[in-house]
Amino acid sequence: MLRRLHPEQPESFAFTDANLAWAKGQISKYPEGRQASAVIPLLWRAQEQEGWVTKPAIEAIADMLGMAYIRVLEVTSFYFMFQMQPVGSVAHIQICGTLSCMICGAEDLIAVCKEKIADKPHVVSADGKFSWEEVECLGACTNAPMAQIGKDYYEDMTVEGFSQLLDDLAAGKVPAPGPMNGRFASEPLSGLTTLKEYDSGKTKYNASAQLATDIGDTVKRIDGTEVPLRTPWIGEDGVVAGRASSAAAPAEPATPKPAVKQAEDAKKAEAPKAEPKAEKAKAKPAKKAKAAPAVAGADDLKQLKGVGPALEKKLHENGVTSFAQIAAWGADDIVDMDDKLSFKGRIERDGWVEQAKTLASGEETEFSKKVADGDVYED
Amino acid sequence: MLKDQDRIFTNLYGMHDRSLKGAQARGHWDGTAKIIQNGRNWIIDQMKASGLRGRGGAGFPTGLKWSFMPKESDGRPAFLVINADESEPGTCKDREIMRHDPHTLIEGALIASFAMNAHTCYIYIRGEYIREREALQNAIDEAYDAGMLGKNAAGSGWDFDLFLHHGAGAYICGEETALLESLEGKKGMPRMKPPFPAGAGLYGCPTTVNNVESIAVVPTILRRGPEWFSSFGRPNNAGTKIFGISGHVNNPCVVEEAMSISFEELIEKHCGGIRGGWDNLLAVIPGGSSVPCVRGENMRDAVMDFDALRDVGSSLGTAAVIVMDKSVDPIKAIWRLSKFYKHESCGQCTPCREGTGWMMRVMDRLVRGEAELEEIDMLHSVTKQVEGHTICALGDAAAWPIQGLIKNFRNEIEDRIKAQKTGRMGAMAAE
Repeated sequence: MLRRLHPEQPESFAFTDANLAWAKGQISKYPEGRQASAVIPLLWRAQEQEGWVTKPAIEAIADMLGMAYIRVLEVTSFYFMFQMQPVGSVAHIQICGTLSCMICGAEDLIAVCKEKIADKPHVVSADGKFSWEEVECLGACTNAPMAQIGKDYYEDMTVEGFSQLLDDLAAGKVPAPGPMNGRFASEPLSGLTTLKEYDSGKTKYNASAQLATDIGDTVKRIDGTEVPLRTPWIGEDGVVAGRASSAAAPAEPATPKPAVKQAEDAKKAEAPKAEPKAEKAKAKPAKKAKAAPAVAGADDLKQLKGVGPALEKKLHENGVTSFAQIAAWGADDIVDMDDKLSFKGRIERDGWVEQAKTLASGEETEFSKKVADGDVYED
Repeated sequence: MLKDQDRIFTNLYGMHDRSLKGAQARGHWDGTAKIIQNGRNWIIDQMKASGLRGRGGAGFPTGLKWSFMPKESDGRPAFLVINADESEPGTCKDREIMRHDPHTLIEGALIASFAMNAHTCYIYIRGEYIREREALQNAIDEAYDAGMLGKNAAGSGWDFDLFLHHGAGAYICGEETALLESLEGKKGMPRMKPPFPAGAGLYGCPTTVNNVESIAVVPTILRRGPEWFSSFGRPNNAGTKIFGISGHVNNPCVVEEAMSISFEELIEKHCGGIRGGWDNLLAVIPGGSSVPCVRGENMRDAVMDFDALRDVGSSLGTAAVIVMDKSVDPIKAIWRLSKFYKHESCGQCTPCREGTGWMMRVMDRLVRGEAELEEIDMLHSVTKQVEGHTICALGDAAAWPIQGLIKNFRNEIEDRIKAQKTGRMGAMAAE
């Protein structure tokens, strides 16, 4: 099946306040500069909120995480749990069809879906309430056949039971998930063969079904208040202990962004944004300082007075491609770069850092105007 | 049979108290700080002595894997990443650990991370396990509140953070380097090796990736001693193991047993026998979808461990036992697995991307018998061209079930092709 953006997309997307707080908690799990790691959990949260992953959601999440839109889109289309088209308003039914479930009757369950919902997968039923698909192994093989409905596993199903389940869901009821043949979890149906002494008056349901009934969010679209994310790893001092006691992870190499984003970034890359980076650079040993990543795409460095084509090439070779990077240089960086490229004090003499700050903020200098007018270099 | 007091996962079915208090009552989190104070080398030596082999399918010795991590940091942090992307068809053991006995895993994560000089551990759980993720996150929060995680974790003097991360339905992310890519927020496409994760893994830092069960058994092994653990199973196949038996047994279940238990004992003791009796047994896939199937008659006396199953032409894998009785069409069963691998190929390497589709389409015709006899050998030859020619083992995993089918059920395939050609049922009618 082709996984593409659906032709009809909503106007906009925004996380609810509670989901936004959740998203921020999730991002705090990853080291600084590695927030892209949170892309799958955030996309999933958006889907839980909206029912499917929309184009505005992809763009909003990309902006939140500082990622290019295409990177988030390719993640969305790569992972099969992301629904890229609208689903049934009540539930999207996912029947596990892989071997263990198949030999235990999954094909009969799929026949029920075809009869009651729609002939083909990913098609919303006539009443708009359901859609279905056959998915690959859901990892509950000893409880075959099974289906995931909303957030929950319905296990050990029969055709009659499943058919009844769909009717109940259509009528607005949500039957308790878990095994439907009277089992508690994955123990032998005929009774325990092991761990008989470790049955201490069990709760009504196994852990999964208990959470489902306690929270009650089974097939609902969530607003984020159902399962908030606590962040106990952030200490009272605001520090993540394990991260503070280990060295910093190396920074992500820069990936080029589309031209439109570059232009936006160049505008955004004003001094305040550059400052924290300068601090970070100082905290590291001087030799590592120039490893600060190129955030924006390549600027025309020749707009700096004192930088000609040859020097620009040298700068590129050393990973310097943008005004924002130069604007963020501290004293250590200048010495390091000066030394490395035998610039002989040229950086300070020509005031590169000041010029770069001006240019990075989107303004012009006397010299850059001349360059732009074609007075200085021939193309 | 393994006695209950020798079982590591005493709350596998969740019938006992699932909270931290309950776990402590069953002996977990007992003297964790003291274990850690014995030092890194002691822990790794004990793990090596226990003979624990990785429980995620490949069976690589866990202690040895840990010893590959750099002893001294070069300025980069080290990471432990726990592979909870349980997606191998047939496998459903880690789910029970995470939702019902999560503190075994959390305590193991602390000890294992300390042994590898890691202050941070990520657990990558498959996206579909939504309630399992919530249950595990609750247990992690509980451990933080009780001081078992965070600064000076469990009073050990080691600062340690444990984060739960999830995927979104890609089988390939169970491959360790694809998992790392996914954890970095990218498509789950496996990386070339070398560099191995121990040199450059998550965020380019030294990383070890271990299966949930491998980590969750660590605290108990260290408390009870490597001799205790290695007293179960045959040499080189030590320990206890969670088996998940699905398909045509009377009582499918997940159960912890000693390694090297015989297949017959496993089925008779815990699963109430084969549906319709032993004569009705057609074939068994003993270790999850990636391993070749074995004919029923060769399986009854087989011993369930790494070496013995290799001798019958298969593998222990994840100990996910799929039992098929004679109502199953073996060709269709393997076709379904081919469909699975075609669906899950990440598309990075051509032999796998194209080969899995090709193999599935031929299998599709073999199910119906609409093929030539020569195509059986042609199919076998294609599996050989996929196997070993891809970055990760998914290509191999797609090839082996088909090779197992051709080896064990060639007559059935040929009969069906002949029957289709002549319009008569041939040998099949005799059954």
